[in-house]
Amino acid sequence: MIELSTGILNSLTLALADPAGAPVATSQGPAWAMAIPGLAILGALICTLSAIFGVKTKLPAYLTVGCLGGAFATTVALLMHFDPAGGAMEVNAWEWFAITWGDGPGQSFTAPFGFYIDTLTIYWMLFVTGLATLIALYASEYMSHDVGTGYNRFFFAFNLFVFSMACLVMGGNLVMLYLGWEGVGLCSYLLIGYFYKKDSAVQAAKKAFIVNRIGDLGLALGLYLMFVHFGTIEYAELFSNEKLLGYVDAAMAGDFAQIPLEGQIIALLLMVGAFGKSAQFPLYVWLPDAMEGPTPVSALIHAATMVTAGVYLIARMFPVFLASEWALPVVAWIGTITALLAATIGMAQFDIKRIMAYSTVSQLGYMFAGLGVLTPNGAAYHVLTHAFFKALLFLCCGAVMHGFAGQLDLRKLSGVWKMKGWLIVSIGMLVGCLNLAGLPFTAGFFSKDTIIAEAFVTPGYQVIGVILLITALMTAYYTFRVFFRVFMGPVYAEPGDDHHGAEAEAALEEEHAHAAADPAAGKQHHFHPHAPGWAINTVLAILTIASIAATGLYFVGGEKDVTTYRGEHVKTKHYAMTMVQKSSAAFVTPYDHHAFDHANHSGGAAQHADAHGVPGDDEIETGNPQVMINGVLVEAEGQSSHYVLVDGKLLAAPGAGTGPRGSISEPLSVLGTGLDPHKAMYYISGVIAMVGIGLAWFFHLAGRTTAAECRMDAVASKLGPLPRWAENKWYVDEFYNAMLRVPLIVIGHLSFWFDKLIVDGLVNAFGTAPRFIAGMIRPSQSGYLHGYAAGMLAGVAALLLVVLAILASAGGAS
Amino acid sequence: MLSDVLSGVTLAQTGFPDLMGGVTLAHYLFVSAAMFVLGLVGFVTRRNLIIMFLCTELMFQAAGIALVAFGRYHLDLDGQTFVIFVLTVAAAEAAMALALTVLLFRRRESLSADEWRELSG
Repeated sequence: MIELSTGILNSLTLALADPAGAPVATSQGPAWAMAIPGLAILGALICTLSAIFGVKTKLPAYLTVGCLGGAFATTVALLMHFDPAGGAMEVNAWEWFAITWGDGPGQSFTAPFGFYIDTLTIYWMLFVTGLATLIALYASEYMSHDVGTGYNRFFFAFNLFVFSMACLVMGGNLVMLYLGWEGVGLCSYLLIGYFYKKDSAVQAAKKAFIVNRIGDLGLALGLYLMFVHFGTIEYAELFSNEKLLGYVDAAMAGDFAQIPLEGQIIALLLMVGAFGKSAQFPLYVWLPDAMEGPTPVSALIHAATMVTAGVYLIARMFPVFLASEWALPVVAWIGTITALLAATIGMAQFDIKRIMAYSTVSQLGYMFAGLGVLTPNGAAYHVLTHAFFKALLFLCCGAVMHGFAGQLDLRKLSGVWKMKGWLIVSIGMLVGCLNLAGLPFTAGFFSKDTIIAEAFVTPGYQVIGVILLITALMTAYYTFRVFFRVFMGPVYAEPGDDHHGAEAEAALEEEHAHAAADPAAGKQHHFHPHAPGWAINTVLAILTIASIAATGLYFVGGEKDVTTYRGEHVKTKHYAMTMVQKSSAAFVTPYDHHAFDHANHSGGAAQHADAHGVPGDDEIETGNPQVMINGVLVEAEGQSSHYVLVDGKLLAAPGAGTGPRGSISEPLSVLGTGLDPHKAMYYISGVIAMVGIGLAWFFHLAGRTTAAECRMDAVASKLGPLPRWAENKWYVDEFYNAMLRVPLIVIGHLSFWFDKLIVDGLVNAFGTAPRFIAGMIRPSQSGYLHGYAAGMLAGVAALLLVVLAILASAGGAS
Repeated sequence: MLSDVLSGVTLAQTGFPDLMGGVTLAHYLFVSAAMFVLGLVGFVTRRNLIIMFLCTELMFQAAGIALVAFGRYHLDLDGQTFVIFVLTVAAAEAAMALALTVLLFRRRESLSADEWRELSG
């Protein structure tokens, strides 16, 4: 019955598939693709078993590395196997939800436990599994102090996280995504609260979980509304849903009035979910606190992979977001605000791990801004580069923290580069910082640039471009503030208060013995930082190389003719762009559509049309700047011509109607300077990055003789309360505390007393009434035998009198 | 009015007993009632456990007299048979009740019924 109705639904969808556009064909994928989540859950199982059998070695870590490495290898194999021409692949493990209550469309709900594999999926899974493998190897050494205690637990949650992430990214429907979404949330909670005896860790874990609940509510509501409105939550059906395709067409033409409100709200609800998971402005407060977890966790979950789930969700649901008039502008603005706010806070922090956390929030803001300014390519590329260099930065910070007994204060560490055994960490940190700061020719430079340039290209978003440039300056400054303070300058190290490790303990003991022999040795000399071992160094080296190599993806992998799911033909520039354009996140911007090389001379329009190579389109190849696109004759004049080139729909030329962002009245330029944004941005943001680094050098390295004091101190004291406010995170936490937490606590107490007094009181009243009545008649039970006897006598007498009375009346009657 | 009632109860013989005449059922019943009331009053008013016990015995015997009288009146031996049983039971009960009284006395060194108030509510 269920299968039958699903079949009907499928045939219905096929029948309704848009004949004009290119319906998304899906093919049956290879069953071994399931090995990706399968291996991760196997790893979790192994860790459970080793916990049961009380394994007290590093075995679970190495098995985890093996399992996750296998998952990575499977992902690579999937990439090789995947043929984009065949459309997305579907692998369904089993029927998970299948509910039918009628024969019509939208009267059955199906959600198989299955996977939807397209280029976006593979793109995401490549760095998720790859980084997970590397970080697991790193953690095998980093967590070595906990071997035999929390080691198994740590790697169990680690594996479970990768499994959940695989469900989230690979899942073939929104229910699978939701499963993974909640799964990663759970693992995040478990791992932030890994040191569960530490109160701050427990608080941070709870905060992360509760703040994420707010976002998850949005996601759940979006999911429901999606089903109500489109009648499906399966990607394969959704992306060929003619209703949705119609919406996207309407949105491309700028005609949002055609799209019902319900269809537009879906994106806004999903967006709330993305904001929660990816720590965007109103809901970002949990991420900095999440640094209470072990550093490998911060690197994997709270920097590289889980927090990009929101970006993934929006990229995956990009058609739905396009169909909403407000969703993408809101995403753009919130992303920008988050980027700026987090950068300002990051500039004033002293805990290096927290600085990295705020920079993660800030960079996530960039990604959201990228999505909002219609460049999923830029966002996806930034996700990838950021995953590598931020994981690298976190792992370097972790190595420092591990080696200096938990010391994270940049005022108490200095000159680590010059210490013995710290070279790889230092180089890794330098590469990571250069990427984050966006020094020209680094991966971070190119990915960030794409987003900023696109902000200038997209009409109405120039302000966002300017704010993002300012943020880039701040980013370069605070990044190198850390590097110059901790890794350069005079050699100085003050240990943290974290002597929990057996290894460190042994080193200390040895030192003590040494000190006893040499009474002149001061207390400071007791501490010996222990340089990282082979596992940490190997991982850092690989990630350093990967961060550099990610630059290459900007130059390779472009294809001349990529067909998007909407049947558009796009020329792509680089690998990330290719991967995105072949997936549901495809979006054609004028820039993607054609290189700017031809934009500035007349007659370019015809060439543009050539470059489209849209088969079946009538192209009038005259020398005139007129192009027939999709049957619409469009005038293309001079520079502004390339707006027209996107099938005459996306962004309209002057006088050719309105695009999704309104009509274009001026040529592309950076703030009216007449510069082509994409070329200009290379120079502008390159200069900005170097200015930021220079400022950091001037204030934090040049002339610094001690670890604690630098030139910035003098400047900071002149800024009044601003640095203090920024250090206290602009009191956002306090604000939330006062506006949300305290009222909730008050309401909680009021409810408690209402329950105690009114509800419980009512129930207790029913209990007290019998007691009260009993109290009134209890004195009759005096305990005196004579009392009972008299009572009995009286009773019998009364009874007799009644009997006599009855008999008398009966006798009288007869 | 009372005589009307009694006339309903006493079935065969009607009218108030003739004090100067022979001994009738009513005489026995008056004796029985008097004994019963004596026992009852004694039970309610006295505190001594043994006296109270004796009062209950008195009420027993009053009932016995009534039974025998009725049996004789109806020329039926059932009443007397029943009384034999009652006497037997009363004898057994007397043995137990006295034993209990001794035990109770040992507990409180007193025979007063007021010493035992555990059932007070």
